[in-house]
Amino acid sequence: MSLDAGLRSELSKQGVFTTSLAELYNWGRKNSIWPLNFGLACCAIEMIAASMARFDISRFGSEVFRPSPRQADLMIVAGTVTKKMAPQVVRLYNQMPEPKYVIAMGACAISGGPFKQGYNVLKGIDRYLPVDVHIPGCPPRPEALLHALISLQQKIAGQKLTGPDRPPHLQEDAPSEYPIPVFGAYDLEPSKNPEVWQPPTLARKE
Amino acid sequence: MPDNGHPYLFLALFVGIGAAFCLGMLGLARLWAALVSPAKPGPSKNAPYECSVEARGDAWVRFRSAYYLYAIIFLIFDVETVFLLPFAVAFTRLSAGAFVAMMVFLLLLVEGLVWAWRKGVLAWH
Repeated sequence: MSLDAGLRSELSKQGVFTTSLAELYNWGRKNSIWPLNFGLACCAIEMIAASMARFDISRFGSEVFRPSPRQADLMIVAGTVTKKMAPQVVRLYNQMPEPKYVIAMGACAISGGPFKQGYNVLKGIDRYLPVDVHIPGCPPRPEALLHALISLQQKIAGQKLTGPDRPPHLQEDAPSEYPIPVFGAYDLEPSKNPEVWQPPTLARKE
Repeated sequence: MPDNGHPYLFLALFVGIGAAFCLGMLGLARLWAALVSPAKPGPSKNAPYECSVEARGDAWVRFRSAYYLYAIIFLIFDVETVFLLPFAVAFTRLSAGAFVAMMVFLLLLVEGLVWAWRKGVLAWH
Protein backbone atom coordinates (compact mmCIF):
# COMPACT_ATOMS: atom_id res chain seq x y z
CA MET A 1 0.00 0.00 0.00
CA SER A 2 2.68 2.45 0.95
CA LEU A 3 4.74 3.88 -1.84
CA ASP A 4 8.34 2.82 -2.21
CA ALA A 5 10.63 5.58 -0.94
CA GLY A 6 12.93 5.36 -3.96
CA LEU A 7 10.08 5.54 -6.45
CA ARG A 8 8.67 8.42 -4.54
CA SER A 9 11.96 10.29 -4.66
CA GLU A 10 12.21 9.69 -8.39
CA LEU A 11 8.67 10.91 -8.92
CA SER A 12 9.32 14.06 -6.92
CA LYS A 13 12.38 14.76 -9.05
CA GLN A 14 10.11 14.62 -12.09
CA GLY A 15 7.72 17.02 -10.44
CA VAL A 16 5.09 14.46 -9.43
CA PHE A 17 3.95 14.90 -5.85
CA THR A 18 2.66 11.77 -4.15
CA THR A 19 1.07 11.47 -0.76
CA SER A 20 -1.26 9.27 1.23
CA LEU A 21 -4.48 10.14 2.97
CA ALA A 22 -2.90 9.70 6.40
CA GLU A 23 -0.01 11.98 5.50
CA LEU A 24 -2.35 14.64 4.19
CA TYR A 25 -4.48 14.36 7.31
CA ASN A 26 -1.49 14.55 9.63
CA TRP A 27 -0.04 17.44 7.65
CA GLY A 28 -3.20 19.39 8.25
CA ARG A 29 -3.35 18.43 11.90
CA LYS A 30 0.24 19.15 12.79
CA ASN A 31 0.13 22.64 11.34
CA SER A 32 -2.90 23.75 13.29
CA ILE A 33 -2.28 22.69 16.87
CA TRP A 34 -4.34 25.09 18.92
CA PRO A 35 -3.10 25.44 22.49
CA LEU A 36 -5.28 25.94 25.52
CA ASN A 37 -4.96 29.47 26.80
CA PHE A 38 -3.83 29.11 30.38
CA GLY A 39 -0.64 29.59 32.36
CA LEU A 40 0.19 28.48 35.86
CA ALA A 41 3.38 30.31 36.81
CA CYS A 42 6.40 32.11 35.42
CA CYS A 43 6.81 29.67 32.50
CA ALA A 44 3.61 31.18 31.17
CA ILE A 45 5.50 34.43 30.62
CA GLU A 46 7.86 32.57 28.31
CA MET A 47 4.86 30.97 26.63
CA ILE A 48 3.37 34.43 26.07
CA ALA A 49 6.72 35.62 24.73
CA ALA A 50 6.71 32.69 22.32
CA SER A 51 3.33 33.79 21.02
CA MET A 52 4.45 37.38 20.45
CA ALA A 53 6.15 38.91 17.43
CA ARG A 54 9.77 38.15 18.33
CA PHE A 55 9.42 34.39 18.62
CA ASP A 56 6.15 34.16 16.71
CA ILE A 57 4.66 30.76 17.38
CA SER A 58 2.23 31.45 14.55
CA ARG A 59 4.96 30.40 12.13
CA PHE A 60 4.05 26.89 13.23
CA GLY A 61 0.31 27.35 13.12
CA SER A 62 -0.15 27.38 16.89
CA GLU A 63 -0.91 31.00 17.55
CA VAL A 64 -4.61 30.38 18.12
CA PHE A 65 -4.69 30.14 21.91
CA ARG A 66 -8.20 29.04 22.78
CA PRO A 67 -9.77 30.10 26.08
CA SER A 68 -12.07 27.08 26.01
CA PRO A 69 -10.89 23.48 26.31
CA ARG A 70 -13.57 22.49 23.80
CA GLN A 71 -11.62 24.10 20.99
CA ALA A 72 -8.07 23.25 22.05
CA ASP A 73 -5.78 20.47 20.86
CA LEU A 74 -2.75 21.08 23.02
CA MET A 75 -2.36 21.69 26.72
CA ILE A 76 0.83 23.54 27.56
CA VAL A 77 1.30 23.01 31.30
CA ALA A 78 3.38 26.12 31.81
CA GLY A 79 4.49 26.35 35.41
CA THR A 80 4.22 24.95 38.88
CA VAL A 81 1.20 22.72 39.39
CA THR A 82 0.09 23.04 42.97
CA LYS A 83 -1.93 20.27 44.51
CA LYS A 84 -4.83 22.67 44.73
CA MET A 85 -4.62 23.28 40.99
CA ALA A 86 -3.94 19.72 39.81
CA PRO A 87 -7.60 18.58 39.79
CA GLN A 88 -8.52 21.59 37.69
CA VAL A 89 -5.73 20.89 35.22
CA VAL A 90 -6.80 17.26 34.87
CA ARG A 91 -10.42 18.30 34.42
CA LEU A 92 -9.46 20.77 31.71
CA TYR A 93 -7.56 18.00 29.97
CA ASN A 94 -10.58 15.75 30.22
CA GLN A 95 -12.76 18.40 28.63
CA MET A 96 -10.55 18.76 25.59
CA PRO A 97 -11.74 16.87 22.50
CA GLU A 98 -9.67 14.19 20.80
CA PRO A 99 -6.94 14.21 19.66
CA LYS A 100 -5.25 16.04 22.51
CA TYR A 101 -1.64 16.50 23.43
CA VAL A 102 0.22 17.72 26.50
CA ILE A 103 3.49 19.63 26.68
CA ALA A 104 4.94 19.83 30.20
CA MET A 105 6.87 23.07 30.12
CA GLY A 106 9.62 23.78 32.61
CA ALA A 107 11.18 22.09 35.59
CA CYS A 108 8.07 22.50 37.76
CA ALA A 109 5.64 20.92 35.33
CA ILE A 110 7.90 17.94 34.68
CA SER A 111 9.10 17.27 38.22
CA GLY A 112 8.14 19.95 40.72
CA GLY A 113 11.37 21.79 39.99
CA PRO A 114 12.82 24.06 42.66
CA PHE A 115 9.60 23.73 44.64
CA LYS A 116 9.69 19.95 44.68
CA GLN A 117 10.03 19.86 48.47
CA GLY A 118 7.03 22.12 48.92
CA TYR A 119 4.14 20.54 50.74
CA ASN A 120 1.65 21.70 48.15
CA VAL A 121 3.54 21.19 44.91
CA LEU A 122 2.76 18.36 42.54
CA LYS A 123 5.94 16.57 41.54
CA GLY A 124 5.20 16.63 37.84
CA ILE A 125 1.95 16.69 35.90
CA ASP A 126 2.90 13.36 34.29
CA ARG A 127 1.62 11.71 37.46
CA TYR A 128 -1.89 12.33 36.18
CA LEU A 129 -1.71 13.05 32.48
CA PRO A 130 0.01 11.39 29.54
CA VAL A 131 2.65 13.96 28.63
CA ASP A 132 3.87 13.98 25.04
CA VAL A 133 6.81 16.37 25.30
CA HIS A 134 8.79 17.39 28.38
CA ILE A 135 10.77 20.63 28.27
CA PRO A 136 13.44 21.12 30.93
CA GLY A 137 14.52 24.59 31.99
CA CYS A 138 13.65 27.09 34.66
CA PRO A 139 12.07 28.67 32.78
CA PRO A 140 12.71 27.28 29.32
CA ARG A 141 13.32 29.91 26.70
CA PRO A 142 10.67 30.45 24.04
CA GLU A 143 12.91 28.64 21.56
CA ALA A 144 12.65 25.58 23.79
CA LEU A 145 8.87 25.76 23.60
CA LEU A 146 9.10 26.06 19.82
CA HIS A 147 11.38 23.03 19.80
CA ALA A 148 8.85 21.10 21.84
CA LEU A 149 6.16 22.13 19.40
CA ILE A 150 8.24 20.94 16.45
CA SER A 151 8.89 17.65 18.26
CA LEU A 152 5.15 17.28 18.77
CA GLN A 153 4.56 18.03 15.10
CA GLN A 154 7.00 15.29 14.17
CA LYS A 155 5.20 12.93 16.49
CA ILE A 156 1.84 13.79 14.90
CA ALA A 157 3.29 13.43 11.40
CA GLY A 158 4.28 9.85 12.18
CA GLN A 159 0.90 8.77 13.52
CA LYS A 160 -1.05 6.15 11.62
CA LEU A 161 -4.74 6.06 10.85
CA THR A 162 -5.18 2.31 11.08
CA GLY A 163 -3.43 -0.67 12.58
CA PRO A 164 -2.71 -1.76 16.12
CA ASP A 165 -0.12 0.99 16.70
CA ARG A 166 -2.47 3.82 15.84
CA PRO A 167 -2.57 6.68 18.33
CA PRO A 168 -4.83 6.44 21.40
CA HIS A 169 -7.46 8.85 20.11
CA LEU A 170 -8.23 6.45 17.26
CA GLN A 171 -8.46 3.39 19.51
CA GLU A 172 -11.90 2.52 20.76
CA ASP A 173 -10.84 1.34 24.20
CA ALA A 174 -8.14 3.90 24.98
CA PRO A 175 -9.29 6.27 27.72
CA SER A 176 -10.26 9.79 26.80
CA GLU A 177 -10.64 11.04 30.35
CA TYR A 178 -8.32 10.45 33.25
CA PRO A 179 -9.40 10.21 36.89
CA ILE A 180 -9.53 13.59 38.57
CA PRO A 181 -7.70 13.57 41.90
CA VAL A 182 -9.51 14.85 44.98
CA PHE A 183 -7.99 17.37 47.34
CA GLY A 184 -7.81 15.21 50.43
CA ALA A 185 -6.84 15.89 54.02
CA TYR A 186 -3.09 15.45 53.52
CA ASP A 187 -2.47 14.89 49.86
CA LEU A 188 -4.18 14.43 46.56
CA GLU A 189 -6.11 11.21 46.42
CA PRO A 190 -4.95 9.22 44.58
CA SER A 191 -1.44 10.64 44.65
CA LYS A 192 -0.75 9.38 41.14
CA ASN A 193 -2.45 7.66 38.25
CA PRO A 194 -0.68 4.27 38.03
CA GLU A 195 -1.84 3.86 34.44
CA VAL A 196 0.26 6.75 33.23
CA TRP A 197 2.98 7.02 35.85
CA GLN A 198 4.90 4.58 38.01
CA PRO A 199 7.57 5.61 40.49
CA PRO A 200 11.04 4.73 39.24
CA THR A 201 12.39 1.58 40.77
CA LEU A 202 15.64 2.06 42.59
CA ALA A 203 18.09 -0.83 42.23
CA ARG A 204 20.35 -0.90 45.24
CA LYS A 205 23.60 -2.75 45.19
CA GLU A 206 24.09 -5.19 48.02
CA MET B 1 -26.09 38.10 -20.42
CA PRO B 2 -28.51 36.09 -22.55
CA ASP B 3 -32.02 36.42 -21.22
CA ASN B 4 -33.04 32.81 -21.41
CA GLY B 5 -34.31 32.28 -17.91
CA HIS B 6 -35.56 33.95 -14.86
CA PRO B 7 -33.50 37.03 -13.88
CA TYR B 8 -33.17 35.70 -10.34
CA LEU B 9 -32.01 32.28 -11.44
CA PHE B 10 -28.46 33.09 -10.40
CA LEU B 11 -29.66 33.72 -6.84
CA ALA B 12 -31.17 30.25 -6.65
CA LEU B 13 -27.95 28.83 -8.08
CA PHE B 14 -25.90 30.78 -5.54
CA VAL B 15 -27.99 29.53 -2.62
CA GLY B 16 -27.95 25.96 -3.92
CA ILE B 17 -24.21 25.79 -4.51
CA GLY B 18 -23.48 27.53 -1.22
CA ALA B 19 -25.66 25.14 0.75
CA ALA B 20 -24.19 22.14 -1.09
CA PHE B 21 -20.68 23.33 -0.30
CA CYS B 22 -21.41 23.74 3.43
CA LEU B 23 -23.35 20.51 3.76
CA GLY B 24 -20.74 18.65 1.74
CA MET B 25 -17.95 19.77 4.05
CA LEU B 26 -19.97 18.88 7.14
CA GLY B 27 -20.87 15.54 5.61
CA LEU B 28 -17.24 14.79 4.82
CA ALA B 29 -16.27 15.61 8.41
CA ARG B 30 -19.03 13.32 9.69
CA LEU B 31 -17.95 10.57 7.31
CA TRP B 32 -14.32 10.91 8.40
CA ALA B 33 -15.30 10.74 12.07
CA ALA B 34 -17.46 7.67 11.45
CA LEU B 35 -14.69 5.91 9.53
CA VAL B 36 -11.61 6.44 11.68
CA SER B 37 -12.29 8.44 14.82
CA PRO B 38 -14.38 6.85 17.58
CA ALA B 39 -16.51 9.17 19.69
CA LYS B 40 -15.43 9.28 23.30
CA PRO B 41 -17.87 11.12 25.50
CA GLY B 42 -17.34 11.27 29.25
CA PRO B 43 -18.65 12.96 32.37
CA SER B 44 -16.11 15.80 32.32
CA LYS B 45 -16.33 16.30 28.59
CA ASN B 46 -20.11 16.47 28.69
CA ALA B 47 -20.18 18.85 31.64
CA PRO B 48 -21.75 22.20 30.74
CA TYR B 49 -19.09 24.33 32.43
CA GLU B 50 -15.58 24.63 31.12
CA CYS B 51 -13.84 26.80 33.70
CA SER B 52 -12.66 23.54 35.28
CA VAL B 53 -14.26 24.24 38.63
CA GLU B 54 -17.30 22.12 39.28
CA ALA B 55 -20.56 24.01 39.44
CA ARG B 56 -22.16 24.19 42.87
CA GLY B 57 -25.74 24.95 43.69
CA ASP B 58 -28.35 26.18 41.30
CA ALA B 59 -28.02 28.73 38.54
CA TRP B 60 -31.55 29.97 39.29
CA VAL B 61 -30.65 32.19 42.22
CA ARG B 62 -32.88 35.04 43.33
CA PHE B 63 -31.77 38.62 43.71
CA ARG B 64 -33.25 40.81 46.41
CA SER B 65 -35.80 43.22 45.02
CA ALA B 66 -34.15 45.99 47.09
CA TYR B 67 -31.39 45.92 44.54
CA TYR B 68 -33.52 47.78 42.05
CA LEU B 69 -33.29 50.99 44.14
CA TYR B 70 -29.53 50.93 43.75
CA ALA B 71 -30.00 50.31 40.06
CA ILE B 72 -32.33 53.30 39.68
CA ILE B 73 -30.07 55.67 41.60
CA PHE B 74 -27.12 54.48 39.56
CA LEU B 75 -29.07 55.04 36.37
CA ILE B 76 -29.94 58.62 37.31
CA PHE B 77 -26.32 59.55 37.89
CA ASP B 78 -25.25 57.59 34.87
CA VAL B 79 -27.52 59.76 32.71
CA GLU B 80 -26.28 62.84 34.56
CA THR B 81 -22.74 62.05 33.42
CA VAL B 82 -23.90 62.16 29.82
CA PHE B 83 -25.09 65.72 30.37
CA LEU B 84 -22.10 66.73 32.49
CA LEU B 85 -19.57 65.93 29.81
CA PRO B 86 -20.77 68.41 27.13
CA PHE B 87 -21.43 70.88 29.95
CA ALA B 88 -17.80 70.70 31.00
CA VAL B 89 -16.56 70.95 27.41
CA ALA B 90 -18.63 74.06 26.64
CA PHE B 91 -18.24 75.57 30.10
CA THR B 92 -16.28 78.74 29.16
CA ARG B 93 -18.70 79.66 26.37
CA LEU B 94 -21.88 79.25 28.37
CA SER B 95 -24.17 82.13 29.26
CA ALA B 96 -25.18 82.74 32.86
CA GLY B 97 -28.69 81.44 32.15
CA ALA B 98 -27.39 78.13 30.82
CA PHE B 99 -25.12 77.79 33.85
CA VAL B 100 -27.99 78.40 36.23
CA ALA B 101 -30.18 75.90 34.34
CA MET B 102 -27.47 73.25 34.61
CA MET B 103 -27.00 73.96 38.29
CA VAL B 104 -30.73 73.58 38.88
CA PHE B 105 -30.61 70.23 37.09
CA LEU B 106 -27.65 69.08 39.21
CA LEU B 107 -29.22 70.29 42.43
CA LEU B 108 -32.42 68.41 41.64
CA LEU B 109 -30.46 65.21 41.24
CA VAL B 110 -28.39 65.82 44.37
CA GLU B 111 -31.58 66.52 46.25
CA GLY B 112 -32.88 63.15 45.08
CA LEU B 113 -29.73 61.50 46.32
CA VAL B 114 -29.98 63.21 49.68
CA TRP B 115 -33.61 62.16 49.93
CA ALA B 116 -32.73 58.54 49.13
CA TRP B 117 -29.89 58.62 51.61
CA ARG B 118 -32.12 60.03 54.36
CA LYS B 119 -34.68 57.33 53.63
CA GLY B 120 -31.99 54.73 54.23
CA VAL B 121 -32.00 53.34 50.71
CA LEU B 122 -28.23 53.21 50.56
CA ALA B 123 -27.97 51.01 53.65
CA TRP B 124 -27.97 47.34 52.76
CA HIS B 125 -30.27 45.38 55.04
